[in-house]
Amino acid sequence: MSTMEGYNFAYLDEQTKRMIRRALLKAVAIPGHQIPFGSREMPLPYGWGTGGIQVTAAVLGPQDVLKVIDQGADDTTNAVSIRRFFARTAGVATTTDTEAASVIQTRHRIPEKPLREDQIIVYQVPQPEPLSRLEPSRAETRRMHALAEYGLMHVKLYEDITRFGHVAISYDYPVMVNGRHLMAPSPIPAFDNPKMHHMAALQLFGAGREKRLYAIPPYTSVVSLDFDDHPFRTTRAPHACGLCGATDSYLDEVVTDDQGGRLYVCSDTDHCETRREAGHTGSESPLQEAAQ
Amino acid sequence: MTTATDLPGFADPVLDAQAAFRAVLAALSSPGSIHTVGTGLTPPAPLATATAAVLLALVDGETSLAIATALQPATAWLAFHCGPATAPMTDAGFVLADALPDLTAVDTGSDEVPERAATVILQVATLGSGDRFTLAGPGLQHPTQFAVDGLPADFAARWAANRALYPRGIDLILCAGSRLAALPRSVTVREG
Repeated sequence: MSTMEGYNFAYLDEQTKRMIRRALLKAVAIPGHQIPFGSREMPLPYGWGTGGIQVTAAVLGPQDVLKVIDQGADDTTNAVSIRRFFARTAGVATTTDTEAASVIQTRHRIPEKPLREDQIIVYQVPQPEPLSRLEPSRAETRRMHALAEYGLMHVKLYEDITRFGHVAISYDYPVMVNGRHLMAPSPIPAFDNPKMHHMAALQLFGAGREKRLYAIPPYTSVVSLDFDDHPFRTTRAPHACGLCGATDSYLDEVVTDDQGGRLYVCSDTDHCETRREAGHTGSESPLQEAAQ
Repeated sequence: MTTATDLPGFADPVLDAQAAFRAVLAALSSPGSIHTVGTGLTPPAPLATATAAVLLALVDGETSLAIATALQPATAWLAFHCGPATAPMTDAGFVLADALPDLTAVDTGSDEVPERAATVILQVATLGSGDRFTLAGPGLQHPTQFAVDGLPADFAARWAANRALYPRGIDLILCAGSRLAALPRSVTVREG
């Protein structure tokens, strides 16, 4: 373990960590309730995961193995930078393997592989307030949460149904946590919402710019809002992964040429690689082409 | 002359605090689960090592702490290592006690700011044996058995009153020796 000289373990000072830790403990005690915290300036811009990084820094210990994903991928700029940031400032081991990780920081996806009780997933959250588009006043939304007055959100879903025939929210689909608090699940696709319900891992959420954090303890009820006659449904692109052939994973659409060529691949790169190593192939995999 | 303030805090203030925090986080995430913390700490009597570890990890100059009379011999040590503002029990963010305080005697937060409610750090005789309770709620896949010696006889009824305040209500960290467990306000407690 080698860490950079001149920085405290995991970058943040101890006073800040204690403040975030106290807020996290209250967040776990009140699942889905947003708690203000003194978000610090981090060496990366707002919108790049400052909330998630601060939560991770407060949680991380030398024995942890950190995985960072951005839209499911381990190899994009944001994921690589944050992983290297903690490798340098905390000296922790990093991995891209979902199973090997003890702390997973994520932007906009939940890994396909079910998480375990001994894992913690940290979400980067741009907008923690699920009612923000319906009610701009923070004072007002805080009161609405206090009174569990969520009719406005149901009206929004209803208006979607009358206008489009279905609820037109494909990501950041609002959820009810522990039957009490309306919560923004961060901009994960609605496809991932069911994974939050009774997840074995502890889920922590950090919003750096908005200075809020919240949490869902393991095995907690997380229900996507819906109506009896318009039940919540997940959607995915109606294709198999071009590389591993998976028909149950969330897919990214990749433009391959200017002739309208499209490639659909698993958004979870670790899931896709694990499947390919196990011998699964898709229509576009090199092996398949060689065989032809 | 050896005074309480001569007794050291964490040997490694950074990593020991992190380990203690993770133990409390795991305890709150899985109510009733028992975790070991603070081994190696030498806090002044009558503080247990787990109690001392929780306080060192979470309490500082930005927090307020109320200390029950029986635990006040540790006040100087806590003032030296944590430096909390002292507050009456009704206002304190952290309450250190050896007997469960009455719900009306501590801050249970408000509907808009339920996180303001006190965290009660309660030093008990033993964890893992004693009065048996069944816990259910967030963090628990199935109702779970929990045994503790040192809670009042009417604990289940008093906790039900706390649970009824949800999302207001106190969170309880139970410490015995170098072991701790926690009961967040979201958990329901049944005798037996």
